[in-house]
Amino acid sequence: MFASLRQWIDERFDWAALIAPLREKAVPTHSLSYWYFLGGITLFLFGIQVCTGILLLLYYRPSANEAFESVQYIMTRVQFGWLVRSIHSWAANLMIFTAFCHMFSVLFLGAYRKPREITWITGMLLLFLAMGFGFSGYLLPWNTLAFFATKVGTEITGQVPVVGHSLMVFLRGGEDVTGATLTRFFGFHVALLPGLTTLLLLGHIALVQYFGMSVPPGVEARRKAFPGEAREMKFFPNFFLRELMAWYIALGALGALAAILPWELGAKADPFAPAPAGIRPEWYFMFMFQTLKKIPAKLWFADGEVVGILVFGLAGLVWLLLPFFDQAAGKRGRKLILGAGIFALSYIVAMTIYGYMSK
Amino acid sequence: MVADSSAAPQPPRRRIVEYLLGGGLLASFGSFIYPVLRYLVPPPVAELGGDQVVAGKADELKPNSAKIFRFGSRPGLLIRNGDGSYRAFSAACTHLGCIVQYRSDLQEIWCACHNGLYDLNGRNVSGPPPRPLQAYDVHLQGDEVMVSLKREA
Amino acid sequence: MDTCLNNSLSRLLIGFLAMATVGLSAVRAQAPSTCLDCHGALDPPLQVTPAQFAQDIHSQKGLTCANCHGGDPTKADMDAMSKAAGFRGKIERKQIPELCGHCHSDGAFMRKYNPSLRTDQLAQYKTSVHGKRLAQGDSKVAVCIDCHGVHDLRPANDLRSKVSPLNVAQTCSRCHSDAKYMQGYGIATDQYAKYSASVHHDAMTVRGDLSAPTCSTCHGNHGAAPPGTDSVKNVCATCHVFQALMYDKSTHKVAFQSIGLPGCVVCHSNHDVTHPTDAKLGTGPEAVCMRCHKPGDVCDQARAEMLADLKQLDGAVRAADSTLATAESSGMEVSEARIEQDQARDSLTKARVAIHSFQTPLVEQDIEAGLKIAAKTQTEARAALAERDRRRRGLGLSLGIIIMVLLGLRLYIRQIEGNSGKVNTAI
Repeated sequence: MFASLRQWIDERFDWAALIAPLREKAVPTHSLSYWYFLGGITLFLFGIQVCTGILLLLYYRPSANEAFESVQYIMTRVQFGWLVRSIHSWAANLMIFTAFCHMFSVLFLGAYRKPREITWITGMLLLFLAMGFGFSGYLLPWNTLAFFATKVGTEITGQVPVVGHSLMVFLRGGEDVTGATLTRFFGFHVALLPGLTTLLLLGHIALVQYFGMSVPPGVEARRKAFPGEAREMKFFPNFFLRELMAWYIALGALGALAAILPWELGAKADPFAPAPAGIRPEWYFMFMFQTLKKIPAKLWFADGEVVGILVFGLAGLVWLLLPFFDQAAGKRGRKLILGAGIFALSYIVAMTIYGYMSK
Repeated sequence: MVADSSAAPQPPRRRIVEYLLGGGLLASFGSFIYPVLRYLVPPPVAELGGDQVVAGKADELKPNSAKIFRFGSRPGLLIRNGDGSYRAFSAACTHLGCIVQYRSDLQEIWCACHNGLYDLNGRNVSGPPPRPLQAYDVHLQGDEVMVSLKREA
Repeated sequence: MDTCLNNSLSRLLIGFLAMATVGLSAVRAQAPSTCLDCHGALDPPLQVTPAQFAQDIHSQKGLTCANCHGGDPTKADMDAMSKAAGFRGKIERKQIPELCGHCHSDGAFMRKYNPSLRTDQLAQYKTSVHGKRLAQGDSKVAVCIDCHGVHDLRPANDLRSKVSPLNVAQTCSRCHSDAKYMQGYGIATDQYAKYSASVHHDAMTVRGDLSAPTCSTCHGNHGAAPPGTDSVKNVCATCHVFQALMYDKSTHKVAFQSIGLPGCVVCHSNHDVTHPTDAKLGTGPEAVCMRCHKPGDVCDQARAEMLADLKQLDGAVRAADSTLATAESSGMEVSEARIEQDQARDSLTKARVAIHSFQTPLVEQDIEAGLKIAAKTQTEARAALAERDRRRRGLGLSLGIIIMVLLGLRLYIRQIEGNSGKVNTAI
C-alpha cells in the first residue's frame, strides 16, 4: 500500500530529491552530543502546547465574567479536562525551562558562532516570545494570583522611561487591569504570539537544517588534530529514535505531573479586594522581580526601579547580539562571552532561589 | 558486512522487538487519543453557572414568598413580590455572612443571627448590617427564572 | 496683664491674619472672636488655641465663646470679659447640663441647625445615675463635657470623637476604671478590663464592626444606668433574638425570675462576654450548668445528651472537612462540597442556639439536619478521593505503556545499529 502511495507522489513530485537532505542529515557524535536534544525537546513541548491549547480553546471563555468559571468547568466537568489543562500548564513551564537550557547550552558550546549568528538571533527572539506566552497565558484563568501578578508585572513595564506608560496602557487595554486586559492577553496568547512564533520557528529550523549541527570548539580542535576520530550519526533513523525516547520520557513526566501535582485553580479574581500577601510572578520572571525588589529606591540621582529595568533591557539587547561580540577583541571575545554566560546563569539561579526563599 | 561482537540476532528476536515497539507505539497513541476523543464530547451540563443561573421555575414560588438558590459559590435569595414580579439578592448578610431570609409578614429581608433587617431594595434599614445586600438582575426565560449579575457600567 | 496690653496691637494683627487663614481651612467660617487671641497663647487650663477650637462642631456652626461663656467677643483684651456683657467665666460643673440643655433641649432652636438631632438628652440625663447624683450635690459624676469634650467637641459620627462607638468604652473607663476616683461609690472598677477581653470588644476593634455593643448600647448614654435584673435579657435580645425567644419559653426563665437572677448574665456574664464553647455544657472549670444542678439529676442527663449531640455533629463536620482537605490537596475540585459544608456548620450554629431552650428534642432537630449534610459531604469527598485514585491508576497504565515504548526503542536502536559502533560512521 505504501508503495503505490509512493509511486503516486513520485509521479508528481521529485520525492527522492525532496527528502534527500533529510536522509543525508547527520549529527556529530562526541561527549557533548546529548545537549543536541534540547532544541528538539523544546519544539516537542511547543507542539504539545499547541495541541492542548487548541483543545482548551473549545471550552475556554475569554471574558472576566466567565473565564474563571470556564476553567473550573474544564477541570471538573469536561472528560479529561483536568488532564488537558494540567498538561498545558506544566508543559508551559517545562518548555520555558528547556528553552533556557537550550540557550545556555548553545552559548557554552559555542553554537552561536559564525555562520550561525542569525540562528541565535531567531532563537533569542523565540525565547522572548516564549516568556510572552507565559506572561499572557498566566492571566487567562483570571484567578487572584494571576490578576495581581499581571498588575504588578504591567506596572513594572510602566516604569520604562519615556514609552513606559504608553506601553503599559497598550498591554493593559486601559489604565488598569480589567476584563479588557483579559481579552487583549487572550488575543496575544492565541493569535499574535503563535503567528510570530510560527514564522520565527520556521526560520530557526530552516537555518539549523541549512547550517547543520555545530560542533563545540574543543571538539572541533580535536577533530582537526585527529581527523580519523571524528564520528557522526545519521539523523534518520538513529538520532531521531533517540530523540523520540526523550520525547516519550517528557510525556511520561507530564502525565505524572498532571495526575499527581495538578495545576491549582485558586479563587476568582476580585479587582476590589486588597492584594494578598506574597504576590510573585512565575519562576521564569522571578530573578528580575527579585532584583527589582532589592534595588535601593534611589541610585545616585535616578529611581532604582528604572535603573533596574534599563539594565535588564540592556542585558537583553546584549544577549540578542551576543554572536557579534565573539570575534571582538580577538580570542578574548569568546572568553568574555563564556564569562558572561556563567555570570548570567549563576545570577538567574541564585536570584530565583533567593526570590522563593524570601517572603 | 555487519561485524557483531555478540551472537547474530535471531529472526524471532527481531520480530519481538518490532512487535514490542510497534505495539507500544500503537498503545501509546491510543492512550493519547482516547482522552482527547472523550474531551471533545461536550458534557451534559452546558451551563458554567458563573454570571447567570437558573434560580427556579416560573410557577414555583407563590406571590409574597421566597427561596434560597445557589449562585456560583454564593447563596442567593429569590423573592416573588405580591404583584408576581421577582427580585433577587445575595443571601449573605453583610454583617457576619449568615444566610438571610424573606419575612412575608414584614415584607422585609431579615437576618436571624443578630436581627438585621433589609428593605425590598436590599438597603440595610435596621440592626448591625453595615451595607446593603448586593442586588441581582432577574428575567424570565420561557418558564425559567434567570438570575444574573448586574451588568458592569 | 502687661504683656497682654503691650502686645495687644501686634497680637490683634497676627490674630486677625491667623484667623483668616484658619478660617479658610476650617470647614465653616468661624465668627471673629478676640478671646482666642489671648487664650491661644496662655498655658493650660486656660489654653484654647484657634486650631483646637476650629475642630469644634459648635465653632464650625458659627457659635463663639460668648454663646456659652458670655462677654463680648468683639471687644479687645479684658473688655471682652465684662460682667456687663454677661461674662460668666468658668462654668460650674453643676450648671453644665442646664447650660448645654439651654440650646440642646430647645426643639425650635436645634431645628435651625440639625432638625433630626434629638432634644431629650437633658431629660434622659436627669433619669440617669449621673444626673440623679448631680442633683443631690455630687459634682464628681460625669456631666456633658466629661464625655463629649469641650472646645474641640466632635459629633458622635466623627470617628475621632470621644463618644464615637469606637471610643465610648475608653471614655467611660476614664472614671469607671479609676479605683481611687470611684472610691466610696461601692461599684466595681474592672468593667473595662473585663469588656476588653470580650467578644463584643473584639468585634469593634478587630473587625471594625461599629454596630458591636459598647457600654452605651446596654446601659444607655444620656440616661446611663445599669439595666435591672429583669431587663438584662431584653437588652441582649435586641440582637440575640432567637436565643431570647427560646429562653423565654424555657424553664429557666421562670426559675431565674423567682430567685431574682438576671437571664443571660448568669451563664455568659455581662462585661467579659467571651466566645462560648461547648465546654460550657461540660463538667470542667468552664461548665455553667453544674454550678447549680446536681450530678445525676434529670437536668444533668439532658445536659450530657445535648453535649454528646453537639460533639457528634462537630466531629462529623471536622471529619468531612479533613477528607475534603485531603482531596483538595491532591488536586481534586471540591468547591461544591465545601459550600454544602457551610450549611452543615450552619446547623451546628443553630443547634447551639437551640441549647437556650434547654430542651434536648429541639437541639436534636438541628443536629439531625447537620449530620445528614455532613454525611453527604463526606461521601462526596470520598468520591473525589476515589476519582483521584482512578486517575493515578490511569497514570500507572499509561506510564507502563510509555516504558514499553522506551524499552522497544532502546532495543530497536540496538538492533539496527548492532551492539558495536555501526552508528558512528567516520566523517
